[in-house]
Parts: sequence; structure tokens; C-alpha cells
Amino acid sequence: MSTAVTQPMDEVKSTPWSGGRSPFNVEYGKLMMWFFLLSDAFTFSSLLISYGALRFSAPTWPAPSLVFQSFPGLIEHGAPLVFVGMMTFILIMSSVTMVLAVEAGHRNAKKEVVMWMLFTILGGLMFLGCQAAEWTHLHGEGFWWGHIPTAEVLKEFFQAHNNVLPSYAQQAMTSHQFANLFFTITGFHGFHVFSGVIINIIITVNVLAGTYQKRGSYLMVEKVGLYWHFVDLVWVFVFTFFYLV
Amino acid sequence: MSTETTNVHAEEAGHGEHDTMTKKRIWRVFYILLGITCIEFFIALYLVPHYNSGGNASHWANPIYIVLTLFKAFYIVGYFMHLKFEKLDMALAIIVPVLFIIGLILVLTNESHYWIDLRL
Repeated sequence: MSTAVTQPMDEVKSTPWSGGRSPFNVEYGKLMMWFFLLSDAFTFSSLLISYGALRFSAPTWPAPSLVFQSFPGLIEHGAPLVFVGMMTFILIMSSVTMVLAVEAGHRNAKKEVVMWMLFTILGGLMFLGCQAAEWTHLHGEGFWWGHIPTAEVLKEFFQAHNNVLPSYAQQAMTSHQFANLFFTITGFHGFHVFSGVIINIIITVNVLAGTYQKRGSYLMVEKVGLYWHFVDLVWVFVFTFFYLV
Repeated sequence: MSTETTNVHAEEAGHGEHDTMTKKRIWRVFYILLGITCIEFFIALYLVPHYNSGGNASHWANPIYIVLTLFKAFYIVGYFMHLKFEKLDMALAIIVPVLFIIGLILVLTNESHYWIDLRL
């Protein structure tokens, strides 16, 4: 009896999951970036769902078209969604320049990567500037963490149902919730944008220094790109649930 | 067995080269995102103020906003974040855990209906 006969069980399988290589066909750092973003997605959804639950359970709520109707520095009233529309456009645009940087990286075109990364950083800074302007405007009206405008100003932000405004007690309660949730959620998002800009600057410096050219791959640009698109993705949800709904 | 290993590596190296984001595709996705955002503005600035006689425009507008937002999320994650071109196993490892969020939405929506009864 020969012992050299190969049994079917002894054959080495070559499926993606049989070991010896990445089953996802993705580099380690990129996969970890995805898992970090997954955890971040849970954080943001917890915040947004808590906001939804509090808003659902509130008898009234400040109307977005009345709270967000100014273009800070230009128009005081009657321009609902214009400013935030511009902010959304800036962020989507910077997402596009980010993919263009990744695309240039695939072609090892260093100069193009630098150019698109600089546009992305510029977009991020413009977005942060807009957010600062909007926060300043709302703060000027009296909104802040734990603070709401005076009764006179506050009633401007509520829509009447059957010609009756909600009582001041109700207005004050929901405005407190609105202020806390708005500054917490857009603040947490803005902090992500800020971190993204810093990371983008670091990566751009590395690109300029030729780090990735020596390495032969611009994979780091792709990883930071994932983070940047995620920030854009979160904004899409913040935009819908704070400004449209 | 050695030829098998070589084939595996060749396949690995070849993967990811063919299906990727071209400049044309990037701009197409951008126009889709821009278009969806414009539709949202049209609803919020024109349709809602004009067809809000009963004061309950949110009942039909909100579901539309949410569906459009999910479309935008699909295009950002699928194309900009490249998930559509990754292996299916990889995409599922990211997408399946996200489905847990639906559970939290259901639980807290149900809970908030109870809270409003307490408050009124």
C-alpha cells in the first residue's frame, strides 16, 4: 500500500479564505480605514437618530426655513437654504477634487496629485469658513449650547398651526433641544472636516516631498480620500435632517 | 501545487486594474449628486411652500428627501469611495454591520411615539 497517494482532502485549496493572502484583496491600512469609518458611521448615526427621536417626540420644532434663512454678511432674511446649499456644493466639489487626486495618483502624476489635493484643502477651508459664519450668525441671534434667543426673537422661528403659535413653554423646550443638537452634531462634523483638512495637508506635504513616488504607490492619498468622502457623506445626512426635513 | 500558487498571485496582481474610476465617470457622478441636490432644493423651496395648504407637506416631502439622500449616499460610497469595485466579501463586511442602524431607528422611532404621548 502506497502512502504517496494524494487524497482529495490533502489538496491545498486556493479560495480567497484559505490563507496566505488578503481575502479582501485590499491593503491593510485601507481596510482599517474602512473599519474606522464604519465605527464613525455608528457614532454619527447615534447622534442623528437621537436627534430624530427628540424631534419626533416634540410637540413643535423651530422651522428650518425660518431659522436658516440668512446668508451671513449679505442677506438677513428671506433666503432659506441658499447659504447651506452653497456649503453643500463646496463639500461635494471638494470630494470630486479628492477623487481626481486619487485618479492622478494611479497614473503616478505627482504634479496633478498636488494640484487636486490643494483644491481639496481649499474646499475644506471654505466649508469651515462658511460654518464659522453660520455659527456666528446663530450665536448672534441667541442660540448656543443651553442658550436660546429671547421670547421676542424666538417666536419668529415657529410656524403657526391654524393661526396659533405654540406656547412659549413649548417653544423654549424644543429650542433648547434644537440648539444643543444642532451645535453638537454640526460641531462634531465640523471637527471631522477640520481633522480632514489637517490630514490632507500632511499627505500633500508627503506628496511634495516625494515620499509616495519613492514608495511607487499613492495608496495613502486613497486612504485619506476615503476619510474625506466619509465627511462628505455625513454632511449629506446632516443637510437632509437639519435643513430639509 | 506550485503552478497553482503562481496563478493565484497573477490573478491577485491583475485584479483592480480593469474596473476603476475614470475622469469621465467621476464627473458623471458629480452631476448626479448635483442633480439630486437640485431636486431637493426644488421640493423644499417651490413644491413645499406651494402645496402646503393643509400644513402637512412634511408627510410626503420627508420620505422623498430620505430616499434622495440614500441615493446620494449610494453614489458617494459606491463610486467616490470605490466600494462598488471592491470584492463582494469586502463590500459586505462594511455594509452588513451598517444594517444594525436600522434596528436603532426602529427602536427609537417607536420610543419617541411613546414619549410624545407622555408630553401631550
